Amino acid sequence: MFPHSTLTDLQRSFSRRWFMKDCGLSLGSVALTSMLGNGNASASTIIDPHAPKASPFPAKAKNVIFLFMGGAPSHIDLFDNKPELIRMDGKSPPAELLKGYQSAFIRPENKLLGSKFKFQRYGKCGMEMAEILPHIGSCADDIALIRSMHTDAFNHAPAQILMSTGSQQFGRPSLGSWVNYGLGSENGNLPGFVVMSSGMKGPSGGNGNWSSGFLPTVHDGVSFNSVGEPVLYLSNPKGITRETQRRTIDAVNFLNNKRFESVGDPEINSRVAAFEMAFRMQDVAPEVTDISKEPEDIQKMYGAEPGKASFANNCLLARRLVERGVRFVELFHESWDQHGNLSKDLQKNCKDVDQACAALLKDLKQRGLLDETLVIWGGEFGRTPMVQGGSDGRDHHPNAFTMWMAGGGVKGGVQHGKTDELGFNAVENKVHVHDLHATILHLLGFDHTKLTFRSQGRDFRLTDVHGNIVKNILA
Amino acid sequence: MRTTLVLAILFPAVASGGKVDFNSQIQPIFSENCYACHGPDTSKVESGLRLDREKDALKGGDDGKAIVPGDPEKSLIIQHITSRDPDEIMPPPKKKDALKPEQIALIRQWISEGAEWGTHWAFVAPQRPPVPAVKNSSWVKNPIDQFVLAKLEEQKLNPTAEAAPAILLRRLSLDLNGLPPSIEALSSPFDYQREVDRLIANPHFGERWGREWLDVARYSDSAGYEKDLPRKNHFYRDWVVNALNANMPYDHFVIKQIAGDLQPGATQDDRIATGFLRNSMTNEEGGAKPEQFRIEGIFDRIDAIGKSMLGLTAQCSQCHAHKYDPLTHEEYYGMFAYLNGIRETSLPAYTADERKFISSTNEKIQSIEEKIRTDHPGWENDFTKWQQDLLALPRTEWQAIELYQLGDSGQKYLPQPDKSLINMGYAGTKSSESFTGATTLPEIRSARLEVLNDPYLPFSGPGRSTRGTGALSEFRLKAGRGTEKPAPLPFINPVASVNPPVVKLDPARFPKDGNRSADDRTTGPAAFALDGNGKTAWTNETDAAHNNDPAVLTFELAESFKTDGTANLSFNLTQDHGGYNSDDNQTYNLGRIRLSVAATLPNALDQLPPLVREALETASEKRTPDQQRRLFAHWRENNPTFATETAEIGKLCAQLPLPTWALVAAESETPAQTHLFARGEQTQPQQIITPHVPAFLHPLPPGDPTSRLTFAKWLVDPKSPTAARQYVNRLWQAYFGIGLVETAEDFGHQAAQPSHPQLLDWLACEFMESGWDVKHMHRLIVQSATYRQDSVVSPSLRESDPKNCLLARGARLRVPAETVRDIQLATSGLLDETLGGRSVFPPAPGYLFQRPVSYGPKDWIVETDSNRYRRALYTFRFRSVPYPMLVAFDAPTGSTSCVRRTVSTTPLQALVTLNEQVSVEAALGLAHLILTDSGSLQEKITHAFQRCTSRLPDPDEISALVALYNTGLTADPAEVKLLLENHRPVTLDLSAHPLPELAAAAGVARVLLNLDETITKN
Repeated sequence: MFPHSTLTDLQRSFSRRWFMKDCGLSLGSVALTSMLGNGNASASTIIDPHAPKASPFPAKAKNVIFLFMGGAPSHIDLFDNKPELIRMDGKSPPAELLKGYQSAFIRPENKLLGSKFKFQRYGKCGMEMAEILPHIGSCADDIALIRSMHTDAFNHAPAQILMSTGSQQFGRPSLGSWVNYGLGSENGNLPGFVVMSSGMKGPSGGNGNWSSGFLPTVHDGVSFNSVGEPVLYLSNPKGITRETQRRTIDAVNFLNNKRFESVGDPEINSRVAAFEMAFRMQDVAPEVTDISKEPEDIQKMYGAEPGKASFANNCLLARRLVERGVRFVELFHESWDQHGNLSKDLQKNCKDVDQACAALLKDLKQRGLLDETLVIWGGEFGRTPMVQGGSDGRDHHPNAFTMWMAGGGVKGGVQHGKTDELGFNAVENKVHVHDLHATILHLLGFDHTKLTFRSQGRDFRLTDVHGNIVKNILA
Repeated sequence: MRTTLVLAILFPAVASGGKVDFNSQIQPIFSENCYACHGPDTSKVESGLRLDREKDALKGGDDGKAIVPGDPEKSLIIQHITSRDPDEIMPPPKKKDALKPEQIALIRQWISEGAEWGTHWAFVAPQRPPVPAVKNSSWVKNPIDQFVLAKLEEQKLNPTAEAAPAILLRRLSLDLNGLPPSIEALSSPFDYQREVDRLIANPHFGERWGREWLDVARYSDSAGYEKDLPRKNHFYRDWVVNALNANMPYDHFVIKQIAGDLQPGATQDDRIATGFLRNSMTNEEGGAKPEQFRIEGIFDRIDAIGKSMLGLTAQCSQCHAHKYDPLTHEEYYGMFAYLNGIRETSLPAYTADERKFISSTNEKIQSIEEKIRTDHPGWENDFTKWQQDLLALPRTEWQAIELYQLGDSGQKYLPQPDKSLINMGYAGTKSSESFTGATTLPEIRSARLEVLNDPYLPFSGPGRSTRGTGALSEFRLKAGRGTEKPAPLPFINPVASVNPPVVKLDPARFPKDGNRSADDRTTGPAAFALDGNGKTAWTNETDAAHNNDPAVLTFELAESFKTDGTANLSFNLTQDHGGYNSDDNQTYNLGRIRLSVAATLPNALDQLPPLVREALETASEKRTPDQQRRLFAHWRENNPTFATETAEIGKLCAQLPLPTWALVAAESETPAQTHLFARGEQTQPQQIITPHVPAFLHPLPPGDPTSRLTFAKWLVDPKSPTAARQYVNRLWQAYFGIGLVETAEDFGHQAAQPSHPQLLDWLACEFMESGWDVKHMHRLIVQSATYRQDSVVSPSLRESDPKNCLLARGARLRVPAETVRDIQLATSGLLDETLGGRSVFPPAPGYLFQRPVSYGPKDWIVETDSNRYRRALYTFRFRSVPYPMLVAFDAPTGSTSCVRRTVSTTPLQALVTLNEQVSVEAALGLAHLILTDSGSLQEKITHAFQRCTSRLPDPDEISALVALYNTGLTADPAEVKLLLENHRPVTLDLSAHPLPELAAAAGVARVLLNLDETITKN
């Protein structure tokens, strides 16, 4: 999860060695060069698995920010205006639609429920979205909206794992891990794949959503926290000063290097480098994660409030991270499971999310980062046109949902795909989760059929044997 | 470059003079480049050509003979692989890169030599090969060495000299027990054989090697998926450890885990072993379909069996015929069919001590009852009369109501043929479920709610609490004639077969909020289900002896409700006595219920505990001892004459230990029919598949019935080509860092070539012929000269063989995650060596277990005694929030079977050992040992160094650490106090140490505990 250091970094750190100054001991001829590796795959950990790598094809996007709306937002109430559904409100869904349909909570034949939210057209492109998304709407001309998403699973955990790893079965590498495996990291002091969580609860799929699966563990997502310690075990233990910590690491590395001289195992060099990077990260990460360093107008733009845990704070932090070369940032906002309280909770969620998402896009744009940063927004599935629990809820629905992407090679102002008039099935230009993955990898400069890793006797892909690039949304 | 060098040594790309070998040289090329379109998956075969089977390959495809033995130029395959025409060339450029010239040359030579076929080595049972002769026979300690040395001599390489005793002792201790050697052991005279014997006999052996198996068994203490409910899984974990310590033969070890329940006279342990099957994840998120995840569970079991016993990536054939190996889609479901009858159930597990206590309690109860009988000579007449009176009562004609669940709560009440409903999958903690139904009785005078057992429920229920009990907050039944809206039926006289005393809800089990505040909700007798008060509930929970008995409740109407022939019923089940957190095991739901109505009033017969009634209605000569006991006990309990004795027995029952909810597998009486699933989709069942095993593997044992037990025996049949090879290969991998076959999970066509194929076969045969003697194999490996080599490596050897495939040196490896923790605890003197028992909760940041990091709030109540310092094997493992220290060092999360861990070196590991709570507590523990040690500072530091690395430091190392110590003496006392306040080991009193010394020693200890060498086996 962290890239290896460079030789100059190491030399610099060795030069201020407390030992040389205070103890008069010298390191001798430490064979540092071997740790820098030469790209041989067999030498496992002595190679830098995280050195930046060029993508095989010219890439539009360098970094990704995935805004994972856990719980599954209602496409019908937010992005996919269905006047016919409003007209049919209270009526039974057509029987032919329900053939073979499985629902999670409701009886499929529950009555239809029209959206209570008004829709309006946004931007020059006239993109239609709900009125409760005015800020995201204001970015319509930068957004490609995919209304014809569909997936295979209708329970949260399997569907999230599918969205994150391309498989409903746990144990596969996540999108962020694949991207890091393919592209490496641009920042020597920060992980290449950072994960943050906000909202009502943690993601249903748990850590499987950012697991490296069978890829090397270095590609695991690293959780950052918006309150408290930004990264697990980042702070010195209480009662250990920065100076003591430095001295400890110096002593550890001194002894480790000495050991290397006598046994010759390059693994020792990797560990020396790991301690150096850990120390640097202890310096760097708190600064990076301190959003109070941002000017007030930027904080305001996002609706961020330093010290509080919020999606807005995480968005601002995501920008700071990609700015510093973190390859893949994923924000989980698990709040969208509106089996009931649909109207009120959607309004609240939009209030929590709308402004921050738009601010992120605009902020990236004003810094010239949007062109190379792919922003993805969406959940694990959609919600039923049928009502759940009285008159104000919707159940899980895999047949149709909406996602959007912006930046990094995506054509703005595009409305791709259609659902039927009830928003039940995606019917035109359908986009499966595998297709979305293929498109994301394409934007990052990969042929999704060629980005593979050999495990259990076969070359695994994020897209398994599927995936078609959604060309219509490419810039 | 380096890989190529080693590969060139191990598997010459071009036969240098010798004949080309199909298995090692041609098959891998075919498999990698051709099988996807010309292989076992018949649905994908292009041009009618298959290259995976001799017969098909020689027959050729639609275009003619692909292979003409002896004549490469006439063989179409050569034309295609050498073609420059993009439409002709194979493999197609879109799919694969062109074959390398040396690969083409090999194929050409192989055809010229007659295209002799072979069967893939892993699909043929191993035969014990002759032990090769070697020149340097004095180096050899056992046959392992001859295989290794023969290869080294071929390469003109020498083995490395034997490592020094201290290194060997460290290696043996870490390998065999997962703990570093003590200073005492290090300073005793070293006798290799004695150490091996001592360490293999030590129960820590089972802990160390049990963990290896637990990876395979995807062991976890939680259910996985969204809610990731905690499980009580430690009986299975301890079974594994104990089996290894008892040196249970490996074939028995496997058979018990796949089918221990089906063995004649299965004991608790045999049934606990089937926990292997139950380590699959289960999804209890709202709305999950139990059947969907039952099937996912079987997929997971086949995956685990495939990776660990068959050496096959069987998962591929879940959706279609295997692309590389001859496993068909049908055969996958043939194996599935053996596992499809598994019933996911649980048993009340007791430790040996608990069993002893229970049986002595039962003896006491029996003697009290015996005394009743002796003291009351006429008892038998009274007892018989009581039975006769009851039996003389009329039988109420109950009509069971078929209920349909309404509403969208996400709970599933699945209807059963007997009209009962089982609450499966998600169980709410506070819920109101409504059902509709109808009666055809002319009138309703009473209602009955039966609360029944089912194997699905904890301890078979009848409730869904962790004790298998349930609570009913309110019983509501409405009725309406014709189109009338059903109106509440005003029931009176609630009577239950069990009426526990009124108790407040236990905030530890059913917390009202996250703070576990005191609760005003109570449970008690039947009246609580009918008092209109949601805060009171009837429960069937009494004591461990009775919690899992079925129960019954009856209710009466003061006036009959006339129905006009039929009436619509509306039934509501209010269950509000669970905890606040439905993402934890806090439900108090009833698990299986059946509602009935009758036109008459209930009588005493209806109100008997169901098992007592069953005993009563069984002819006395046919009653089982348990039925006789129950009947007598019930009579005794309801007879005021015996009030004293009954109170006494009640007290005894209350002392009975609560069982542990252990998940096990049983065989369903009505096994589900197995269908092949097209593309692995359960929604697309195809033809019926009967149980069978893959044809390319060994046949089933003759004469055995079709059963899971037969399948289990087949897995470890001595004719199995993979079972023994797989196991010895994993042992080898654990000792040397890389298996003889690097792809431990896959021995199929795509597997890595074995580095020492003959050694692998020799070990596999030795293993089987020894009676699958696991400890024997450990002995063989650790006694070999190969194992005993020093791990110091010259740059040239490292360059030519970085992974140490040739074994010209000893292994130097970072220890597994659990051993990292165990080393910290052992070297610091904090380790609590207690074996077995419940999983423990060492310190971890609390926010990990709270929202929004965790899906739901999880209990992680940090241990405040020496349980904090138990071996990492015992750390509680949530799948969705794995223990961060263990994950950082590459421990798997248990979501799927893992037979080979990745090994990484990361800064996060450094952050853990530098900053994590237990790591720092360990540093203070080691500091305490330094300060309480005798001798000079140099000596104290030397000992501490030795504790961590098992070797003596050199003078430079000592002076560096002494200098560090002296600098530490100047630390700011306020900081040291802070360190002490926050990290003092809970088991130590450090107040006697002056703060400067403590700071200095802690500084040294932290450095020592962070050394690469400390967490390395060398």
